Amino acid sequence: MNILDVENLWVRFPTRSDVFDAVRGISFSLGKERLGIVGESGSGKSMTGRAILRLIRKPGMVTADHILLDGQDIMAIPERKMRDVRGQRISMVMQDPKFSLNPVMTVGDQIMEAYSLHANATKAETKRKAMEMLDAVSIRDPERVFRAYPHEMSGGMGQRIMIAMMLIPDPEILIADEPTSALDVSVQTQVLGIIDRLVQERGMGLIFISHDLNLVTSFCDRVLIMYAGRIVEVCQADKLHEAQHPYTRGLLNSLPRLDEPSKRLEVLKRDPAWREAASVSGSVSAPA
Amino acid sequence: MTAVGIPEPGKPGWRQWLLTDTPTSRRHARAASLYQSWLTLKSNKLAMIGLGILVFLALVALFAPILSPYDPFAQDLGNRLQPLGADGHLLGTDSLGRDILSRLIHGSRITLYIVSLVALIAPIAGLIVGTVAGYVGGWSDTVLMRITDIFLAFPRLVLALAFVAALGAGIENAVLAIALTAWPPYARIARAETLSIRKSDYISAVKLQGAGPLRIITKHIWPLCISSLIVRVTLDMAGIILAAAGLGFLGLGAQPPSPEWGAMISEGRKFILDHWWIATMPGLAIFTVSLAFNLLGDGLRDVLDPKDGGEL
Amino acid sequence: MSGIAIKNLNVWFSEGRDRVDAVKNATLAVQQGSSFGLVGESGSGKSTILRALTGLVPTWDGHMEAAGETLGKKRSASFHKKVQMVFQDPYASLHPRHSVDQVLSETLGLHGYKDIEARVSKLLNDVGLGPSFRFRYPHQLSGGQRQRVAIARALAPEPVLLLLDEPTSALDVSVQAEILNLLTDLRTERNLTYLMVSHDLAVVSHMCERIAVMQNGEVVELMTVQDMRAAKPKQSYTRHLLESALGYKRQEFREAGD
Repeated sequence: MNILDVENLWVRFPTRSDVFDAVRGISFSLGKERLGIVGESGSGKSMTGRAILRLIRKPGMVTADHILLDGQDIMAIPERKMRDVRGQRISMVMQDPKFSLNPVMTVGDQIMEAYSLHANATKAETKRKAMEMLDAVSIRDPERVFRAYPHEMSGGMGQRIMIAMMLIPDPEILIADEPTSALDVSVQTQVLGIIDRLVQERGMGLIFISHDLNLVTSFCDRVLIMYAGRIVEVCQADKLHEAQHPYTRGLLNSLPRLDEPSKRLEVLKRDPAWREAASVSGSVSAPA
Repeated sequence: MTAVGIPEPGKPGWRQWLLTDTPTSRRHARAASLYQSWLTLKSNKLAMIGLGILVFLALVALFAPILSPYDPFAQDLGNRLQPLGADGHLLGTDSLGRDILSRLIHGSRITLYIVSLVALIAPIAGLIVGTVAGYVGGWSDTVLMRITDIFLAFPRLVLALAFVAALGAGIENAVLAIALTAWPPYARIARAETLSIRKSDYISAVKLQGAGPLRIITKHIWPLCISSLIVRVTLDMAGIILAAAGLGFLGLGAQPPSPEWGAMISEGRKFILDHWWIATMPGLAIFTVSLAFNLLGDGLRDVLDPKDGGEL
Repeated sequence: MSGIAIKNLNVWFSEGRDRVDAVKNATLAVQQGSSFGLVGESGSGKSTILRALTGLVPTWDGHMEAAGETLGKKRSASFHKKVQMVFQDPYASLHPRHSVDQVLSETLGLHGYKDIEARVSKLLNDVGLGPSFRFRYPHQLSGGQRQRVAIARALAPEPVLLLLDEPTSALDVSVQAEILNLLTDLRTERNLTYLMVSHDLAVVSHMCERIAVMQNGEVVELMTVQDMRAAKPKQSYTRHLLESALGYKRQEFREAGD
């Protein structure tokens, strides 16, 4: 059974003279898996993540035939109900924790707030849960971090705290939008390990949005490749190197590689036909 | 550089030429970017109302002798304190029988004179002090900013009063006094902008080409500070007009019989209960012009903010 | 010898209690005509070395030599002619109100060239931008095009030494490939010496022949690109970086979770 089922999603922004389509009619589904969305800047990958949470600001417009969350269409519910969906059922981790954490609240208060918004619990229980969560994201001295302010935290710590905050209400889906691209490689591995472990332990669905092909291949189960607002190819992550679409192939070949030296890198030649080709469906039919 | 293919104005190609993403000469590039800014400004209705009022004011000032029905100084004591719409006097007459409409029309010249002089002196002084303090830093920064703080510590009108009292009453001295009290906020803004600009990569890049501080300040920092100063000036205009009117009202600015709007209010004050329009009409004029500057300033802020200038 | 020689370089920021030692006792040498890579994580001091070389950070001691000049506190005009730098973020390294033409003409003027018109056109051609880009403003350019303009600006005085501070980290991978190819070509054509800073080991291995690994302000390992490709680092930190660069290693947590 799919947790999330998106059908014909469009994101549009009116400009001075025209309408700019950031996402152009994509369909995909998400099971209990790690789904990667890769693409270059402007491909619409981040917009897709935001559109699922209906976080596109005016004058942007989101339309879709449906976005089914456990069979319930979240396109149809009112904004007030949508607030319960955000955070409680679908959470999002953004690229830079600096902009996502409130600078004048302690880390502990923010995590507790995230929990109490969604659960009726006593203060003591909330605190216990928050400490548990800090422990779960491998923070060594949760007591100290609990009382600290965001600016006292490093980038990697900040991102762990964000993950703790996002996962404390036990959502069914986590959307991670470039969660590690502001971090150093070594910290990146740790943070990915934490996301990976929590998602597996809790049986959640993960949408992992990234520009980094290598990372997505090694981290996800299934990958959607987006180009100009459409999905051009869907493949199993471990079979990405067998990808067929010239865009995917071009992206893979334009990467310099540690293991195979080359004199020149292959330059991606963009074919205007790719823009026009119909979107590939990223849905998986429910296993029989 | 030859400008290739400049079409005749008014033809449809003209607009396209201005909206291009691939300008063909320096002049073309500048014209195109100006036109883009104009389009942004034009889409802001309130700013256009403000601009319209100001253009109207400028025209009125330019053609004052033609437009005004009477000599603003001609007294007619038999015809004093006429109400609105009185025969031949649309806005009535004042205590000496002078036509209020004519005086307002001529007064617009004085207002524009004050505003444009202050708007030239104060921001330029502030820009120089602020950018030098911000870019050079160290001792010069401390000294310049403490001087700025001293000026900022006094209420503007009180300081202007003190200057005028020392320099003597009169319109030129009023302008000077207002300018002297108006520059410190500009210096603060320019310094703050400079501090953030001087650390940027494009300043580092031009330093690596061997550019000296003078070139960096004038060619690279000023163009970026100027836009926020212009916005601030238009927003401050209302305050400047009011300060000038305040000085006029207190008898320290324009001297009678000059038709300065503040001085007109001051004269009308004596009759405010029985003949309210004498003070109200110049008051309305001040209010309208101040509002127009504020509206335009708000619109310009959207256009000139360098942070998102020209982006989608 | 007109490469770079750095001996016992220390660079620090602020004084007294807040003093931060960004580079500690670094020693490295770049042969003329070669390409040298500096890798490390953020805060390892790799960019700071470039900034100290160019004179943007005045607080340093030790010995620095570049393009045949021993460097003191001030950089001479001839230094700026021989040594140029390309910055990391093309969105921040171009003046938002200056058109491509203004940027290049000003640079050429500062270096005392007279035939500015012809040189601007040639520079734009050299970096693969046609004449149609000449009068555009930065906001009318994509990231890759901006970086080409920044490279053209750096090439304007015909330098012998180019310092590259993460020149592609803000760009998409397909654009990165174009810029890296451009840099490779320019180096062959003009016989340039490169000192390149990056956090991306694959990029550095593609561009450079020798590599220095930095950690916490110190150079922890010097190696050739062959050693790096063969994954034969001597230091555990280098090995750790190499492993991280190869992507995420999957783990199964289901049975481990309690």
